[in-house]
Amino acid sequence: MPARTLFEKVWASHEVVAETADTPAILYIDLHLTHEVTSPQAFTVLRERGLPVRRTDRTLATLDHSTPTDRAQLFGEVPIRLESARHQVEALERNAAAFGVELLGLKSDRRGIVHIIGPELGVTQPGKTIVCGDSHTSTHGAFGALAFGIGTTEVGHVMATQCLLQRKPKTLAVEVDGRLAPGVGAKDLILAIIGRLGVSGGTGHVIEYRGSAIEALSMEERMTVCNMSIEAGARAGMVAPDQTTFDYLQGRPRAPQGDAWEAALENWRALPSEPGASFDRVMQMDASEVLPMITWGTNPGMVVPVTGTIPASGDAVFQKSLQYMGFEPGQSMAGKPVDVVFVGSCTNARLSDLREVARVLRGRRVDKSVRMLVVPGSQQVKREAEAEGLHQVFLDAGAEWRESGCSMCLGMNGDTVASGRYSVSTSNRNFEGRQGTGARTMLASPLTAAASAVTGRITDPRELLA
Amino acid sequence: MEKVSTITSRSLVMSSTNIDTDQIIPARFLTTTTREGLGKALFADWRYDAEGQPRPDFLLNTPEAVGRTVLVAGRNFGCGSSREHAPWALVDFGFRAVISTEIADIFRSNALKNGLVPVIVDEDTHAWLIAHPGAEVTVDVERCVLSLPGNREVSFPLESFARYCLLNGVDELGFLLSRMPAIEEYERRGAK
Ligand code: SF4
Repeated sequence: MPARTLFEKVWASHEVVAETADTPAILYIDLHLTHEVTSPQAFTVLRERGLPVRRTDRTLATLDHSTPTDRAQLFGEVPIRLESARHQVEALERNAAAFGVELLGLKSDRRGIVHIIGPELGVTQPGKTIVCGDSHTSTHGAFGALAFGIGTTEVGHVMATQCLLQRKPKTLAVEVDGRLAPGVGAKDLILAIIGRLGVSGGTGHVIEYRGSAIEALSMEERMTVCNMSIEAGARAGMVAPDQTTFDYLQGRPRAPQGDAWEAALENWRALPSEPGASFDRVMQMDASEVLPMITWGTNPGMVVPVTGTIPASGDAVFQKSLQYMGFEPGQSMAGKPVDVVFVGSCTNARLSDLREVARVLRGRRVDKSVRMLVVPGSQQVKREAEAEGLHQVFLDAGAEWRESGCSMCLGMNGDTVASGRYSVSTSNRNFEGRQGTGARTMLASPLTAAASAVTGRITDPRELLA
Repeated sequence: MEKVSTITSRSLVMSSTNIDTDQIIPARFLTTTTREGLGKALFADWRYDAEGQPRPDFLLNTPEAVGRTVLVAGRNFGCGSSREHAPWALVDFGFRAVISTEIADIFRSNALKNGLVPVIVDEDTHAWLIAHPGAEVTVDVERCVLSLPGNREVSFPLESFARYCLLNGVDELGFLLSRMPAIEEYERRGAK
């Protein structure tokens, strides 16, 4: 057998029926994660056809997208203010109960953003196929799983059959060698990669991130990288499982235990791409050249170093983006005023991200012109951060500290950025209106976000990390 | 799903590249629990002003837009989130085909499941279409051919099973359910 890639191995072991010229493969799905936004219409289809959720043991639901992040609404002391959000939350509660699906509901201490809780619980594991009606499902690929986002019709397919009809994607190796410099993180790396690949550079491909710089990343950092694969258009992103992966998973509540752990390890060790395995495309990067990055436009590929300048000229889309952002060609990004700083989302709301933010904020204050919101990715992250006293650092600095959820990553749960306001956000999308109608989003790392909160201007975090 | 074989319409052109799903339908409209009626939210932030009034200069608000079913869009249409609300909104508004040089993966998959035909064409054809808004075009799903005025024809790629499903109105769930014995057999062999 020719040398195979990680992706090819995971794909092959999940083919119920291989693809032919006429039909796509029937791909078995090990784990289906679901949330309140992209599931209601799928449950309706099951009801119309009289079908059950076939494998409730492989299905896990949570509430995150339209869920409020303030305590009183979340814990039912007052009703959820946004009526449409309340209906959606209630619909998932009803559907989960009716179909026997486990729901980490509003009051669950395991609730959180779907892509944060999977790894945290240990249900995200190497070699699995994982899907969710959410494009950032690519996050779970950090464990060497094949994880991708699907639409609601496909959510229904998985619920009813535990399978999907899929054509086999192509493979793209992103090889990153060298070391990230101090003050430069995984977020900067993935923004730099997207800047190089472009927002459609990965279309039709599954990316495998590899090379010494990737191997040196923690699991949290690998998740940040894989999370944004979709922003380069890729179907999924993967990293080969290694000791870092196993150490992260061991002892997690839903990871295999005892003999099952040993057996799993043996399987997982056989997953990495074999020497000589070929990819359809290869891209190379040197991590040591990456600088703190920030977006200046309205897609994640419109990105420059924090110390850089907006391009001097461009096409009509470039003009439209700049007009939306209220920027001029050729301007420096550093020093631009900031109104809102959002630390959160499935990209950067894990404990390690919050520690980075605290590193900058400790003993400092958020500038009085800035509203800063820190939203942990899960209730577990919240508890862990509080146990370390991180929340006190944020509160002392003048930031808000919330319950977990998607929050300002997308304007549908009550947390929004006002029209025309500038937001430095650790999330993953700077599309027009993403954080609220007319909101102007600049994507950056937790360090850059924190530094910019302190000065009230776009700031290279290395200036504050002496 | 309804059968789709040919679609003939004058085109509507939105030449911006990377039109993402947050533009096609902003997140605040995703709090529905049904599929219907999303056409009014299509391109909402471009289509309506702060008071919710239609902007007269936005393409979909112009008289030409009435009755047109083919959208010609800039490269990488439908990038961003997996929300199927995007094709639901386009179809509810009346669109039946989207033509571009590149269409994002998840959007394309979602579109096909809702009878919205994604048509990928070469740069030259695309440039011609962008330069000729309102051109009468026909999307022939059977032959995978896009016909342009002056008897010009260009072929476009369409995955064979997707084409079969469109032409015969087959829904994929029915197909998957019919393969249940193979799925059960896979599970007996020991799913991972
Ligand atoms: S945090 Fe943002 S990107 Fe992540 S799942 Fe929630 S809405 Fe999607």
